[in-house]
Amino acid sequence: MSEIGERVKKIVVEHLGVEPEKVVDSASFIDDLGADSLDTVELVMAFEEEFGCEIPDDAAETILTVGDATKFLEKNAKS
Amino acid sequence: MFDLTGKTALVTGATGGIGGAIAQALHAQGATVAISGTRREVLDGFAAKLGERVHVLPCNLSSKDDVEALVPAAEAAMGQVDILIANAGITRDNLFVQLRDEDWDDVIAVNLTATFRLARAATKLMMRKRFGRIIAITSIVGVTGNPGQANYTASKAGIIGLIKTLGAEYAKRGVTANCIAPGFIKTPMTDALNEKQRDTILAKVPAARLGTPEDIAAAAVYLASNEASYVTGQTIHVNGGMAMI
Repeated sequence: MSEIGERVKKIVVEHLGVEPEKVVDSASFIDDLGADSLDTVELVMAFEEEFGCEIPDDAAETILTVGDATKFLEKNAKS
Repeated sequence: MFDLTGKTALVTGATGGIGGAIAQALHAQGATVAISGTRREVLDGFAAKLGERVHVLPCNLSSKDDVEALVPAAEAAMGQVDILIANAGITRDNLFVQLRDEDWDDVIAVNLTATFRLARAATKLMMRKRFGRIIAITSIVGVTGNPGQANYTASKAGIIGLIKTLGAEYAKRGVTANCIAPGFIKTPMTDALNEKQRDTILAKVPAARLGTPEDIAAAAVYLASNEASYVTGQTIHVNGGMAMI
């Protein structure tokens, strides 16, 4: 897993309080990791903070899985 | 009980009777306060009176840009906003059929829309810290209605609905949202009433006196405290029994 992937995973584990082994690229935040809509907003905010980038609402709507987040941040992360 | 040492509070309308009393009471409990209002000199004078742990942040709540800059400015000054007191409000009274569009729009903009924007910005900060207190000052007339105040009562009733939703959405994140609904309180606004108007009002108040800004501030201190962590989405009526809801 990429360095960004590892950081994404750490944030997801911390915010959702899930087992690290469940946080795989294909895992859906809502369907597989038990997040509600507010959790996903919080995750996006946490990603923005960690990676120093803005995630616009239309982009945030396409981030449904751990892999989606990693892919987006690999392209857009500033820190 | 109700110790606010280490907490940070942003108070809008701090140059008014109620806002000033709330800022003073939170400060007396140990909070750092950012006082906001439109009149810089009055804020500076108030800040000098409070001494330490105070920041002055002038803001015109009818300006969208000013409103959006306020919570970030408070965060920059204090490091966090733990408590938001959305107190500022205006009136533009007229009989319903004569109520002008501008007077409707101005009152909704300052009383309701600015409260929404400030609460939205503050909640984002608070949910990250898993602690927050949003306290909006509504009014008894937002629940009962009042002739001549369709715009004002609509804005105050709107705040009550907004706060209930906010309370429901963020309860799990340690953020509570509540309203205080003052009845008739002795402020410059009610000082303008003549004796007959005052007597008419007092006849409806079982406590037989006007409330004081400190009566409202005491409710704010409670709602801001750790002790009120299980109270959310509520409207606390502080009105001497004038309406029992």
